[in-house]
Amino acid sequence: MVTLTAPDTNSHATAAQETFLVDLADSPVRALNQELHDAAGGQSWTVTNPGGKHSLAVGINADVNVTVNGHAGYYAAGMHQKGEVIINGNAGVGLAENIMSGKVHVKGDASQSAAATGHGGLVVIDGNAGARCGISMKGVDIVVGGNIGHMSAFMAQAGRLVVCGDAGEALGDSIYEARIYVKGTVASLGADCIEKPMATEHLSELAGLLAAAGRADNPADFKRYGSARNLYHFSVHNSTSY
Amino acid sequence: MCGIAALQLRNPLLHPQMGSMLSSMMCQIVDRGPDSAGLAVYNTPGLVSEGTSTLSLLGKEHGKALADIQSSLDALLPPDAAASARIVGDTTLVSGAVATDLLVKAVSETLPGSTIIGRGEHVAVMKSVGHPMEIAAEHGLEAMAGSQGLSHTRMATESAVTAGGSHPFSVADDLCLVHNGSFSNHATVRRDLKREGVVFDSDNDTEVGARYVASRLQQGDTLEEALVNLGKVLDGFYTLVVTTADSMAVVRDPIACKPAIIAETDDYVAMASEYRALAALPGIENARIFEPEPGKVYTWSL
Amino acid sequence: MTITSLPQETPAALPAQHTEELGLRESATFDRATIADIQRAAATGVYDIRGWGAKRKVPHFDDLLFLGASMSRYPLEGYREKCDTDVILGGRHASRPLHLQTPVTIAGMSFGALSANAKEALGRGASEVGTSTTTGDGGMTPEERGQSKHLVYQYLPSRYGMNPDDLRKADAIEIVLGQGAKPGGGGMLLGQKITERVAGMRTLPVGIDQRSASRHPDWTGPDDLEIKIGELREITDWKTPIYVKIGASRPYYDTALAVKAGADVVVVDGMQGGTAATQQVFIENVGIPTVAAIPQAVQALQELGVHRKVQLIVSGGIRTGADVAKAMALGADAVAIGTAALIALGDNDPRYAAEYAALGSAAGFYDDFQDGRDPAGITTQDPELSSRLDPVAGGRRLANYLRVLTMEAQTIARACGKSHLHNLEPEDLVALTIEASAMARVPLAGTNWIPGAK
Repeated sequence: MVTLTAPDTNSHATAAQETFLVDLADSPVRALNQELHDAAGGQSWTVTNPGGKHSLAVGINADVNVTVNGHAGYYAAGMHQKGEVIINGNAGVGLAENIMSGKVHVKGDASQSAAATGHGGLVVIDGNAGARCGISMKGVDIVVGGNIGHMSAFMAQAGRLVVCGDAGEALGDSIYEARIYVKGTVASLGADCIEKPMATEHLSELAGLLAAAGRADNPADFKRYGSARNLYHFSVHNSTSY
Repeated sequence: MCGIAALQLRNPLLHPQMGSMLSSMMCQIVDRGPDSAGLAVYNTPGLVSEGTSTLSLLGKEHGKALADIQSSLDALLPPDAAASARIVGDTTLVSGAVATDLLVKAVSETLPGSTIIGRGEHVAVMKSVGHPMEIAAEHGLEAMAGSQGLSHTRMATESAVTAGGSHPFSVADDLCLVHNGSFSNHATVRRDLKREGVVFDSDNDTEVGARYVASRLQQGDTLEEALVNLGKVLDGFYTLVVTTADSMAVVRDPIACKPAIIAETDDYVAMASEYRALAALPGIENARIFEPEPGKVYTWSL
Repeated sequence: MTITSLPQETPAALPAQHTEELGLRESATFDRATIADIQRAAATGVYDIRGWGAKRKVPHFDDLLFLGASMSRYPLEGYREKCDTDVILGGRHASRPLHLQTPVTIAGMSFGALSANAKEALGRGASEVGTSTTTGDGGMTPEERGQSKHLVYQYLPSRYGMNPDDLRKADAIEIVLGQGAKPGGGGMLLGQKITERVAGMRTLPVGIDQRSASRHPDWTGPDDLEIKIGELREITDWKTPIYVKIGASRPYYDTALAVKAGADVVVVDGMQGGTAATQQVFIENVGIPTVAAIPQAVQALQELGVHRKVQLIVSGGIRTGADVAKAMALGADAVAIGTAALIALGDNDPRYAAEYAALGSAAGFYDDFQDGRDPAGITTQDPELSSRLDPVAGGRRLANYLRVLTMEAQTIARACGKSHLHNLEPEDLVALTIEASAMARVPLAGTNWIPGAK
């Protein structure tokens, strides 16, 4: 690990104001994650040469800022709890899976199962997200600048999924109480997912999410989707939907 | 369950670097399949040559000296066939200026019990058991030139960890197929193909996919049509890469659980199971990088 | 099974003696339970969902016997000469493996499926004898963590209640691919049990049916599992052992793949293993018996050179110390109990006979764990019913039972001349039936014959 020049050269600068540089070309992922797990709030990291490596910046539980310059592999920022992770590149399978809180921002595309099972926090993907984006989401907010793949928001329980591009097949299949906003086209809706009216509260909720993601899209251009709640209680009449 | 790395070089100036590029990709997917590995290289000087059929045989020990193999082939083939046999790593390559079927017949008589793992005018196939990078080194992949390359690292699911069960499966001239995933009805498709007279070398599910594609191509399908048909017949989970003398195709099943990522530039098309395999390719920072859509067949021709 | 939806005026079946006197012959194909199933399906249009494991008779530990020492081998003196029972789980890659005093562990059962008192009782009983208990689908409760000395945290497809704080608190992580009652299946917890607390833990609306996924949302197959295990290790700083649990169907391949994917411990659950709520058709018709699964899993471990290094935990129909000893002789390092532990807590207790009858069942037959009306207060979220189970007394009963299982296994091991349960081996066993002999790969008693052995 190399310590960069602290942003403040004042001799009273505390460790909390330093930015640490980790070059993954010659430092293992294990060392990066251990540093992040031992970190104090307010510290910052810049990670270079990620080369698609897996499990980068996972399990962060301190209010730190991590910037990854390049493409990340599977489970980047997995189980994120505090602070912000920015990926200046693409992210692999399971970006920010089971995120609890805090923010994860991918400037490129994300592979499948982005923000899967996330309980809270905000995941922003400027590019496209693959299949199963927001699968089993449990409270996370997801804003995707581009398109999302098939089976996204499958069994989505809570939270909001905002898609500024198009959605793939079977959007929101078996959805529970999560809300989906899509600006573009929806290839098809999954079982028990229907379009719902946009009330003022939804427009303002969406405006807030777009603003949090740093986007200028107009909330009025979106449609809202959610659960018809027909699968909430087993019924023989729905047997083809199970 | 496996790792895949495949490369088609559009720019002939890159041909000398084929082996080093493929090798750098392969070493990033070793974790996905540490049991065994296989390679297919196209138009590699020293391994294949235009106007000559080449068979790739599993292993280097066949109980016969190379000179004896060569003289036996000379006796069985027409005088101008100029048969030759040589060993590359753990693979034996046999060539002759005759139709592939004729060469197969002569090899079967010369080396009964040998397993043919690759055939055609353009492709050489190499497979072995062990650490994938040792296999690549043993065969000298790093230094190989070529137009296309395909590598596969295998974590065997339900068939044995053997060289014969390694991918690629090359069951028709210049055709190779690798697979990540598992077919769930391969036994039925195998029975159907057997009834049509197709002969199998292994109990591997992927061989069924390869034989099916070969059978469709023989019936006149284009590569794309053959893979669309495969999707109608074979059930289960798959990411497949198929190469022919001048094309490469990628397809994932409609559920698309097994990973795939593609990088495309004016100079090459590269496909791998994970991005980290593409990370070291030249010009990757400006490549078009995308994941293949579920159920969609992608083809690229040289 | 649920028969409460049938018309209540259905007359009770005639006593068996009476039907025999009349010369009536019951069909082996269409026996009374089958007829009731068809009638229930016709009346409701819904498949039967129930708890418990397979009820059909399959080859089991009862079909195996030990060869005690006599002249050719010497037994250990019971009660005096030491026969150790401890086991270390998860030392392959984790820096903090579990060290248990008995190889009998408690299998994963969720808060939600079970009441908070039942979970607490399991934790108390297990801790008292120095073994581990396991969470289930729905997360970790403070009662459970507080009362469990060794707690295994299940990582399931649904990820209900999954969070990194609890992950770091866990003594081991069990990645669940499947369970013996339903390899390849998801779950269904009916609305009656989704109370406010359960719903809150699972982020679901109160009172709705909970459907659970059958596949993990962010990985499929061993090559991706390897990466997932890597992530969990990174989050827990390589301290916590990682188990992989499979339902027994192709245990030879699945065990080998779990090892290749990096598991510290493999858990194999046979088809007799219980469940809280699954389609009966699944419970009775998918998967293989426990005795058939163990030798296949052990073979995979041996071929990879990791038998006893990657530990094997076996579950599915363990009831006695003899079962424990037989599982270990076949090559398991430890066992897990679920149904038997619930029975020890008081499940199906005859003292609730009248209440079971009111539910259309009987003590010893009650399996409607999905309904939430368990008179014993174990498989329920009803406050009145669950208050019937005193967690301290229940924990004591479970501890007693675990001690008996351990002592019984020790008794057999000493008789076979072993100073540690782990030294039991397949050669200490013979089979009573050809089926059990072929499945367990031990000879038919009095012969050297193992059907199918090469």
